[in-house]
Amino acid sequence: MGRIAFINANAAAAEAAIIAGCNFYAGYPITPSSEVPETLSKIMPERGVPFIMLEDEIASINACVGAAASGAKPMTCTSGPGLSLKQEAIGEACIMELPVVIVDVMRGGPSTGLPTRPSQADIMQAKWGTHGDHPIIAVSACNAQEVVFETIRAFNLAEKFRQPVYILTDGLLSHLHAKVYLPDPEEVEIIERAKPTVPPEEYYPFDYNYEVPPLAAWWPKGGPSYRFHMSSLNHDKTGFPTVVPSFIQHQEKRLINKIMNHIDEIEKFEYYKMDDAETCMIAYGSVAEAARVAVDEARKAGIKVGMFRPLTIWPLAEKQIRDLRGKVKNIIVVEMNLGQYILEVQRVVAEKIPVYGVLQAAGIPIRPAQIFEKIKNPEKSVEICMTEEELKKFGGGE
Amino acid sequence: MGYRYELRFGGVGGQGSLTAGTIIAHAAVFHTDYYATQVPTYTSQVRGGKAKADIIICDEPITFSETTKVDFFMTTHQSVYDAYKADLKEGAIILSDPALVKDIPDEDRKKYKIYEYPLIYTAKHEIGNVVTMNVIAVGICVGLTHVIDKEAVREAVKDSVPPAFLDLNMKAYDLGLEVGEKLKKEGPPKKA
Repeated sequence: MGRIAFINANAAAAEAAIIAGCNFYAGYPITPSSEVPETLSKIMPERGVPFIMLEDEIASINACVGAAASGAKPMTCTSGPGLSLKQEAIGEACIMELPVVIVDVMRGGPSTGLPTRPSQADIMQAKWGTHGDHPIIAVSACNAQEVVFETIRAFNLAEKFRQPVYILTDGLLSHLHAKVYLPDPEEVEIIERAKPTVPPEEYYPFDYNYEVPPLAAWWPKGGPSYRFHMSSLNHDKTGFPTVVPSFIQHQEKRLINKIMNHIDEIEKFEYYKMDDAETCMIAYGSVAEAARVAVDEARKAGIKVGMFRPLTIWPLAEKQIRDLRGKVKNIIVVEMNLGQYILEVQRVVAEKIPVYGVLQAAGIPIRPAQIFEKIKNPEKSVEICMTEEELKKFGGGE
Repeated sequence: MGYRYELRFGGVGGQGSLTAGTIIAHAAVFHTDYYATQVPTYTSQVRGGKAKADIIICDEPITFSETTKVDFFMTTHQSVYDAYKADLKEGAIILSDPALVKDIPDEDRKKYKIYEYPLIYTAKHEIGNVVTMNVIAVGICVGLTHVIDKEAVREAVKDSVPPAFLDLNMKAYDLGLEVGEKLKKEGPPKKA
């Protein structure tokens, strides 16, 4: 049996990482994510596994990439400004196909922005923050309990696909203290990376014959010794740099396809009161809980509205969003930024039905009442610009 | 929905308001059958920035954890009072320290039940340690509102404070309870 705790979502992510088998943490603290390292700094030394606070975010993500290459299950954690610094090495983890889990507790920006206030403005940074064609997986959660299960899922996806995976939460969710069930590792599915089945002399770290080549690294030590090379330059199956166009094209395509061929098992989503809905809300993360309350309110008022909530942010739930076109009359995307996920929704919907947005980057959560207003009047902009008086009414202040 | 009670503990960084809120939420989750959430808000200043904790106690799972109709508001700073009174419901109970919240508009006195009690002075001179201020406030809150069982909160105080300060905090909690019950009996002062 697991145990019950009254903790915030940051501590929940940390506890869940341990359940998932995380045995290496390197990071640099940043509000509003600091309870993740704070919690791990107590647990990890007790378990005899490394917890390292490094000099900055760049060093931390590089330490994680190195740890993954030597067989560890690493995690790092940050917020927007730190994520900007980590982007170079996240690209490195993509091309070297190394499983690293990155918790990003989103806060207002750009730059140092709003340190203590929530946002969801890193959606596109998570996808395109690092350069080049690359796959990315990002998961989200709407409450502390879900953070536990999504963190475990993030580690599993990272291991299964040899792939960096984001957990996107936000400053509101991360500091929400709630009752959380922390399962024992035996109660949940834990996936470990595939191990090579060939002897060391036949092993290639980027073997073309596999969709996801096995990674011959064990940590702590214990398995047979495999020597292999990895490079952040485009490489052939041996891991050494190459400029042979056919090799490069093949590897680049494989990187994308190893994710996209499995999109059905990566996508996770929830339909809420969608059976007879004429309007579909799309919301993710903590905002989805406000949207859920708004949906309930609207239903009481006889409005046929439901919600589609993606838990997997990247890759996009393209099929599910496309299917909405035939089911509902319009879509309202609710997010704590000035329009990021909505861009993808608009692309997929391709003007077949109207797509409206409740988009707010004011450093305060979007309230159910605001969303309800939008449901009643989709064409009317009620929320993008709020007067000072309105802000106060919505519980603003500093 | 049956029972739902929203509390807000606000002060400036360092006064222990967030801890006060956590104690009540912890009590509800571990020592009663209620659900509870606690959402803190604070600024990047370590000391002196506005800080508050919003607590919801409910007899069913809490979907959206933002408070909208606050029933109880404890405040120990004027700036916090001014900034965070916005979501109080009509007739909400306010507990403030008159040495620190000096300017309460008359209209607020008509709208809310305002109890003023010298929290800091009491912590310093009656209990003997200013850090117990938040536990006194927890005691008064429970005495005034009966939001959850007082013994449940006592257990939560025990869970939350360092062992070396247990006796001191128990004394602070009992004193707070007594004051809270007394204030409840007397009702809010009528002065305008």
